[in-house]
Amino acid sequence: MPDQFYRSHILLCTDPECLAKGAQDIEDALVRALDAHGLRDEVDILETSRLGHCHTGPEIVVYPEGVSYINLTPDAITEIVSEHLLKGRIVQKYQFTAEVRKDEELRAPAAKEMRIIMARCGVIDPENIEDYIADEGYAALGKVMSEMSPRNVIDEILKSNLRGRGGAGFPAGRKWEFAANQKSETKFVICNADEGDPGAFMNRRLLEGDPHAVLEGMIIAGYAIGAHQGYIYCRAEYPIAVRTIRIAIRQARELSLLGKDIMGTGFDFDVELRIGAGAFVCGEETALMASIEGKRGEPRPRPPFPAVSGLWGKPTIINNVETLANIPNIIRRGADWFQTIGNEKNKGTKTFTLAGDVVRTGLIEVPLGITLGEVVFDVAGGIKDGRKFKAIQTGGPMGGCIPEQFLETPIDYENLGALGSIMGSGGLVVMDDTTCMVDIARFFMDFTQDESCGKCVPCRIGTRRILEILEKICKGDGEEGDIERLESLSKFIVAGSLCGLGQGAPNPVLTTIKYFRDEYEAHIREKKCAAKVCKGLISYRILDTCTGCMVCSRNCPSHAITGEKKQVHILNDDLCERCGICLTVCKFDAIVVE
Amino acid sequence: MSVKSLEDLKKIKEEALRKREIRNANARAHITVAMGTCGIAAGARETMKAVLDAIEKDQIAGVLVTQTGCIGLCEFEPIVDVQVGEETKATYGKVSPERARAIVTEHVVGGKPIKEWMITR
Repeated sequence: MPDQFYRSHILLCTDPECLAKGAQDIEDALVRALDAHGLRDEVDILETSRLGHCHTGPEIVVYPEGVSYINLTPDAITEIVSEHLLKGRIVQKYQFTAEVRKDEELRAPAAKEMRIIMARCGVIDPENIEDYIADEGYAALGKVMSEMSPRNVIDEILKSNLRGRGGAGFPAGRKWEFAANQKSETKFVICNADEGDPGAFMNRRLLEGDPHAVLEGMIIAGYAIGAHQGYIYCRAEYPIAVRTIRIAIRQARELSLLGKDIMGTGFDFDVELRIGAGAFVCGEETALMASIEGKRGEPRPRPPFPAVSGLWGKPTIINNVETLANIPNIIRRGADWFQTIGNEKNKGTKTFTLAGDVVRTGLIEVPLGITLGEVVFDVAGGIKDGRKFKAIQTGGPMGGCIPEQFLETPIDYENLGALGSIMGSGGLVVMDDTTCMVDIARFFMDFTQDESCGKCVPCRIGTRRILEILEKICKGDGEEGDIERLESLSKFIVAGSLCGLGQGAPNPVLTTIKYFRDEYEAHIREKKCAAKVCKGLISYRILDTCTGCMVCSRNCPSHAITGEKKQVHILNDDLCERCGICLTVCKFDAIVVE
Repeated sequence: MSVKSLEDLKKIKEEALRKREIRNANARAHITVAMGTCGIAAGARETMKAVLDAIEKDQIAGVLVTQTGCIGLCEFEPIVDVQVGEETKATYGKVSPERARAIVTEHVVGGKPIKEWMITR
């Protein structure tokens, strides 16, 4: 269809509340009035979800002016069309004017947060190095350069017990020690900013909000291991982060904090930016290095570990953005201070992104060892719309889904691992009781099989087979033995994959089977999806309480609903796509899902 | 200038702090717009523009406008911080261009913070 150019667009709210208040009549009136003035080709009508003031609906918003009209009647529409759309005069009596103040209360997550690495984010100007320096920035570098030997630096990081924030939790100090012990003229420091987990944006935020902290961490790392070149590998999908990194590198070079003879000590270190091309697997360290070398982004077997033979065969340390951002704090305030935060084996804070069915989504920084329940209910404000908690997924698409009985579990590397999940880079997805766990497993498997680089057969083909079985179960064609097949396939994939992607890919499947086996069984044996999500296992039915208002039949995109006005309507199951539109538009609760 | 010693770094820091002080002494208000990806996605560019337009239109002197990154409350973006003189900093959430203009006229000029739009902690 050719693109049609409209000079005006009218957004009409067709939220159930507005429909109940007569939005359909408004649309009819709009069409009539536009036809009457011959404006049909110039003005487009778009049905939308809530525009924001359904309690004063029906409402429309007219663009390009962005004028909001509320409490509409067909007569009002006639007037608006002839005044506003024909003559360009806004009809003030129907206009929604800025009584926006009576808005919902905006409440920030409270107490249990602890901001250390994010302390400057949202406070300083990330594009101004002076702002960073004024706020103790580069003080750690100053301390390192003036009074610490490389060995002192490594000892301090070892003592702090800082563990890699990229997901695996390997002690950063030990990684540095390995690389420092290698005898080589050339060594490299890489900052892994290829944050690919869907819904995770901790690193982006750090790079956008406090890029110099990451640079400072890299320079210190370079000094500690004897490297003179660093790379930041950032994904292309973060254009603003790329921009702030570029500005930060330029500003640091201008002050000779990067480049030759840093702070007059004779130590040289420079950083270059490399931009990823979108492959999820390039977040894996060996694939990332291959990508920087200009090769295909595929992982390779370890050992040799990058600290021994990394980028171009030289000793290399790869640290996550967040790990590096921790370094200046540890150096400046001391390992002893860092030790006071967190629990026994897990020190410091960790940033997480909160997504899903919680009241407050966004980014948080909490001390390690806080429980899952505290994050969900205290920091995130609990489950949205008064629904019930069902599961929380930690660690992105390769993480496991953890059910309610483990809400008291502390968030740390060991405890999450014991539950079959991972810390990962810090994505948290909270699911309420309208989530089908089989469908969730299918969703994540769809992601991982898509992102498998294809090098290891078990990962490339195994994830595909798992996805097919899950799709089959969701369609209602599951058979006895499917659960066992999923389990054994998962075992082979974990055992036969080189990198974290394959080794972690079955986690969502294994944990959902472990904690929600009854849902799988119900899907397979009874062909029932309790959460009413899987389209192959549900059907819609119209009850006798149907008043014959015809709203559902008019809104059904596949014309599956028929019936006369004021007569109980009939739904043709063969035509029904199970899109759920009828359910949302019915004002009389006369449609049920079974 | 280039940093060749710890002293140089200290000088830059002192200079930066001094500039900040002068800036704060001269500016009667400081407006900070969060311009991370989340902020920009929620319309922070329009908000920033509205702030600057409002200041220019009414020729308000002594207002400093800067940008910053994300503070973690992505859901409330666009977020704008307003600091007038010695008052506690006010953090406004969901600042549409209309709200931004109202904040400039009522809070920055009129001295009356708009409590309803603030993010409470």
